Amino acid sequence: MKRRSLMQGAAVAGLLAMTWGSAALAQEGEKTVIGVAIPSATHGFMGGLNWHAQDTIKRLGAAYPNLEFVLSTSGDSAKQVNDIEDMMATRDIDALVVLPFESEPLTAPVKAVKDAGKFVTVVDRGLSQEGIEDLYVAGDNTAFGRVAGEYFKANLKPGAKIVVLRGIPTTLDNERVEAFQKALDGSEIEILDMQHGNWNRDDAFNVMQDYLAKYPQIDAVWAADDDMAVGVLEAIAAANRQDQMWVIGGAGMKEIVKRIMEGDKQLPVNVTYPPALISSAIEMTALHFVSNAPMTGRFIIGSQLITPENAEKFYYPDSPF
Amino acid sequence: MRKIDFHTLGPLIALIALVVLGASLNSAFLAPANITNVLARSAFIGMIAVGMTFVITAGGLDLSVGSMAAFLAGITIIAMNVLVPNLGTHWGTILIGMGVAVLGGLAAGYLNGALVTKARIEPFIVTLGTMGIFRSLVTWLADGGTLSLDYALRTLYRPVYYGGIGWITWPIICFALVALLGEWMMRHSRFGRHVEAIGSNDRVARYSAIDVNRVRLLTYVLLGLLVGLAVVLYVPRLGSASGSTGVLWELEAIAAVIIGGTALKGGRGRVWGTVMGVLILSLIDNILNLANLVSPYLNGAIQGVIIVLAVVLQREKHAAGER
Repeated sequence: MKRRSLMQGAAVAGLLAMTWGSAALAQEGEKTVIGVAIPSATHGFMGGLNWHAQDTIKRLGAAYPNLEFVLSTSGDSAKQVNDIEDMMATRDIDALVVLPFESEPLTAPVKAVKDAGKFVTVVDRGLSQEGIEDLYVAGDNTAFGRVAGEYFKANLKPGAKIVVLRGIPTTLDNERVEAFQKALDGSEIEILDMQHGNWNRDDAFNVMQDYLAKYPQIDAVWAADDDMAVGVLEAIAAANRQDQMWVIGGAGMKEIVKRIMEGDKQLPVNVTYPPALISSAIEMTALHFVSNAPMTGRFIIGSQLITPENAEKFYYPDSPF
Repeated sequence: MRKIDFHTLGPLIALIALVVLGASLNSAFLAPANITNVLARSAFIGMIAVGMTFVITAGGLDLSVGSMAAFLAGITIIAMNVLVPNLGTHWGTILIGMGVAVLGGLAAGYLNGALVTKARIEPFIVTLGTMGIFRSLVTWLADGGTLSLDYALRTLYRPVYYGGIGWITWPIICFALVALLGEWMMRHSRFGRHVEAIGSNDRVARYSAIDVNRVRLLTYVLLGLLVGLAVVLYVPRLGSASGSTGVLWELEAIAAVIIGGTALKGGRGRVWGTVMGVLILSLIDNILNLANLVSPYLNGAIQGVIIVLAVVLQREKHAAGER
């Protein structure tokens, strides 16, 4: 499937700035209720996403008195479906912002919301049927893998050996890894091994310890996630091989971004996959109701390379992630 | 008699077979560094599983240990972070942190035990409840993110996981001591005999003037204490705790206990078997990572097969021994 960004980040930023001042223009009378359904904070990235969602809701609630938000966090798909049904039945929402826990089980319930004439925004994980949502906001998993792969290709000598830690087996993880491998095509960099660290610090620690025991030469590690990078770094430190390899994580955890800012040799760069994408989705959905700006289509947030030079821009000290 | 001996030795034989398999697949397997890694990472589950052996032998069950470990790690980190500005970065602060973990473990174990024995609720239900409570509490404390230990304090605390006597690191030493003490308690102490008696038939045990509720309560408190000790060793490893810390540890611990030959319905406890069970589970993971035998998607399936197989083999031998 080909993704087209109908709106560019800069354009949206401009729009936001414009509508900021016109908050007072929001229509009088009935309140518009926006439901937000996201997975609960079970790991670092989702924790960050939850924080950004709450932060955005607080901010928008203050800026637009006639907007009301209902937030639900769910630990699994079934609960998320229940939450959405409850929102429809008891809160009479006018719009739904949903980050589907899984694509398949959520498709029919979200379609029911759409069929009831509500505005639907789908975030990050697409539904399994096209054309349901009014607005689709997502990070770019292909770019996430590609940007990392290109950095490896540009910064390693031919014949270099690397290891990869994969996330929880999902389409999302497959997209990233495929793009990463494709970016390395044509270079003489050898991927020694790819095992699942499940986006978990402890699992990544164990997998990395085993890599270190197995391979005498490792030049770089693609940890593909900052939680996993923390476990990997610890395993490398325990084996006393800090000088032999660098590590690229992903998603821009604040502790990791801080170390990049400080020029840590072990963590040269990072690739973004911002948990704040939920803020973009909520803001744009809100704008649909309070402004005349068109807010439908697909909005893909690119994955950028965080380097020591630009790291400050990506550093959110207050976020838990 | 010889058949019964063979049954007891079953887990040991499986363990030796795995070691031979590992060594033949990869020469790095028997390197001291790899052995240290495997033993040290087994230590958390291992110490918890030793405690779990007592709980299960007495006819109970505890599903909350993984969440409890995450919660204890969370409050330990918070306590130490709060104390750093007042007390400074030295071992006193760390000792208080360790105290928080151990006392917290005792309290959490007491809570489970009291709900089971005093409120007379099924252990499965009680610990299913506390499992959810502890897990939510740590996520809430961490604000959905990760709690990280003060960096300077962490550097000081680090050797507790990574240091030791030569390649025998502290977690390995603690695990060995807990296993030895556990084996002694189960085999030679009055408490151990009472635990087995209650698990086989609690009514008979009650008529034999055993304070059944007190012994049951103590098994949960002991397990809580061991979870606390595991946390003391876990925190210096990564210096962090989050909602995803210790996920499924309870099931790994229960699996290890069962692989080791303890009966899930209670009455027969084997601490040595549990230790073997823990090592078997860690070795499977390690060998799969080292060997590229199967697609990583199938790691869980291999573990599942081995767990079921271990129990099936034991059942048959056990039945043969009784005949």
